[in-house]
Amino acid sequence: MENNKLLEVKNLKKYFNLRSGFLFQKFTGSVKAVDDISFFIKRGETFGLVGETGCGKTTVAKVILRLVPQTSGEATYNGVNLFKLNSKEMFKIRREIQVIFQDPYASLSPRMTVGDIINEPFEIHKIGDKRKRIKKVKELLRVVGLNPEHIHRYPHEFSGGQRQRVGVARALALTPKLLLCDEPVSALDVSVQAQILNLLTDLQKEFNLTYLFIAHDLSVVKHVSDRIGVMYLGKMVEVAKSEDLYKTPLHPYTMGLLSAIPIPDPELERKRKRIVLEGDVPSPINPPSGCSFHTRCPNAQDICSMEEPELRDYSKNGNEHLAACFFAGKPIV
Amino acid sequence: MTETENNKILEVKNLSTYFYTDDGVVKAVDDVSFDLKKGETLGIVGETGCGKSVTALSILRLIPQPLGRIVAGEIIFEGRDLLKLGQKDLQNLRGNKISMIFQDPMTSLNPVYTVGNQVMESLIVHRKLKKDEARREGLKLLEMVGIPEFKRRFNNYPHEFSGGMRQRVMIAMAIANSPSILIADEPTTALDVTVQAQILELMDELKYKTNSSIIIITHDLGVVAKYANRVMVMYAGKPVEFSSVDNIFYKPAHPYTIGLMKSVTRLDEEKRGKLKPIEGLPPSLIDLPKFCIFRARCKYACDECKGEYPPLKEIEKDHFVSCYRGKEFMEGIIERFDN
Ligand SMILES: Nc1ncnc2c1ncn2[C@@H]1O[C@H](COP(=O)(O)OP(=O)(O)OP(=O)(O)O)[C@@H](O)[C@H]1O
Ligand SMILES: Nc1ncnc2c1ncn2[C@@H]1O[C@H](COP(=O)(O)OP(=O)(O)OP(=O)(O)O)[C@@H](O)[C@H]1O
Ligand code: SF4
Ligand SMILES: [Mg+2]
Ligand SMILES: [Mg+2]
Repeated sequence: MENNKLLEVKNLKKYFNLRSGFLFQKFTGSVKAVDDISFFIKRGETFGLVGETGCGKTTVAKVILRLVPQTSGEATYNGVNLFKLNSKEMFKIRREIQVIFQDPYASLSPRMTVGDIINEPFEIHKIGDKRKRIKKVKELLRVVGLNPEHIHRYPHEFSGGQRQRVGVARALALTPKLLLCDEPVSALDVSVQAQILNLLTDLQKEFNLTYLFIAHDLSVVKHVSDRIGVMYLGKMVEVAKSEDLYKTPLHPYTMGLLSAIPIPDPELERKRKRIVLEGDVPSPINPPSGCSFHTRCPNAQDICSMEEPELRDYSKNGNEHLAACFFAGKPIV
Repeated sequence: MTETENNKILEVKNLSTYFYTDDGVVKAVDDVSFDLKKGETLGIVGETGCGKSVTALSILRLIPQPLGRIVAGEIIFEGRDLLKLGQKDLQNLRGNKISMIFQDPMTSLNPVYTVGNQVMESLIVHRKLKKDEARREGLKLLEMVGIPEFKRRFNNYPHEFSGGMRQRVMIAMAIANSPSILIADEPTTALDVTVQAQILELMDELKYKTNSSIIIITHDLGVVAKYANRVMVMYAGKPVEFSSVDNIFYKPAHPYTIGLMKSVTRLDEEKRGKLKPIEGLPPSLIDLPKFCIFRARCKYACDECKGEYPPLKEIEKDHFVSCYRGKEFMEGIIERFDN
């Protein structure tokens, strides 16, 4: 059963230390960007990670990729703890773990042709000769639905959606197994979003890929994900199968989030009752005591500000359904 | 509802706004006509670059100079053509009878003045209030838009506020003089979902309280479905469909609107195999075709579509479409949501 999981993250913490002063920097506190998070992704599935700005989604991806060092915890990929690897071993494994970023404008170098951009991973990993590489690059362009003739064009000659396709082609170059997608469609128009989402689902089937799909848009995440984790202020507050999360949310934050998203259906919206959460997301530098959601939670009781609820399984149908709330499942009135 | 004509608070007629760039003339808004009714929320939707913001900016004559120019049209408000107003009348109108909220509140608030000062300023200029009156009124406004601890926060600077609170301040300033029209250009795009809901609810509530009208520009079809009464769908600088929110969502008759409805992800849907995106890209606004601007991407294009640009036509009461085949969609001759 265990090796069913391609990636497993356990008790992951990432604190950014804040310093002030110019010459003699003083430690002035820390941002608990990721605070004791655990989840796993099964082979071939899509795990969605949602939550509002600054809740730590991107940091999770960066720590897994070892772009920033973890504070504590582990990330096991294919049975190997990534944090224990030396840089040579990590370099090798990085071929299998690729990433697609949010901004198709900023993430591609403007001075490289798309051919060079997609070719770069082959260079870095010293794979194939020049002829083979060109052939492969053209093939990749075709796979992501771009014209192979456009290999010599520059990113600015493409639209946002096309640029995101270039990013996808580059990520696919080394035939990865795990793709971390950080807000891959957030910057795009609805119809272009749909093109990229379709592309990602097609590629998943074709190459048996596993996805970590990060986004703040729950309708998009729900559309592509098998299971979803909901983050709030660096913590995982709920994890469930997509349908279960939508139909029977257990955490009040998830309930508020679902309710806040209007559905493109006027008649339905007229009938729908809305829970509007009050206040803003608090600062991760000084997160609230106890349950970090208690400052905005309509269900909060005394205990919520004193003790921290643990992530527990409340499954009713056999599918794991985790929530971190003392009153999990209690409806908001 | 018999007072149909007087019901209109704003009427935009044949508005064209162009940008004269080195590459050529960008027809950002080209022959756009619509009206806004008293008390209604009008949604404007469409792909990036289709002219939504320029339409809104044209109403207040805030088109970026020197490249941009309103080249034709009339904008009738309270019996006067706004395009003919002098600078002084124009100043009087902006932020007073018609006010606007932008996407990024940080760029519209001045970082060197306190929030309170900026709110007061607007009241002093437009309502000619004295300083202490303006202060009292300003505090009331901040409370009304739900700034927590508004008395203490009155003397804070914009950067000390979160994005959601800044947007609340913008709304406070926008409604300070009880405008009859509030134009909101992507007012919540930069905000978190839960805060977005707060702001939209607030705007909606204030609209009812003050019996004003709202023009809301957004990419979010969910927001349109929830808040708009009528919707104008724009494509490449032109309105392609204009009708009640129900018609636009349930009986769209322009292939672009239909495509838009089919490509959107819905929270309440079972996980489905595939979305149905509109393939291709919008045309360049510098080099627009003479025929239907959507033809190149349209899967319903027929011989007739090779003719000149189809003008907006009323295919049923209050349902305007610019498509040769609009009637066929209406009559069910072409199935809209088939594949
Ligand atoms: N290098 C850094 N130094 C200090 N703080 C950081 C750093 N990187 C991120 N943070 C903080 O960590 C928190 C989590 O940031 P992160 O980028 O992971 O959020 P996110 O969920 O991806 O947000 P968004 O939806 O805006 O992309 C934020 O409060 C952020 O300000
Ligand atoms: N200052 C300018 N100079 C030249 N062209 C401009 C200028 N401002 C806008 N345009 C052009 O006018 C067209 C319409 O722009 P507008 O900002 O109205 O689009 P929009 O529909 O609001 O898009 P978005 O959804 O991205 O905000 C665009 O193609 C844009 O390139
Ligand atoms: S633990 Fe308490 S404060 Fe936290 S979500 Fe549950 S009810 Fe709300
Ligand atoms: Mg992020
Ligand atoms: Mg705009």
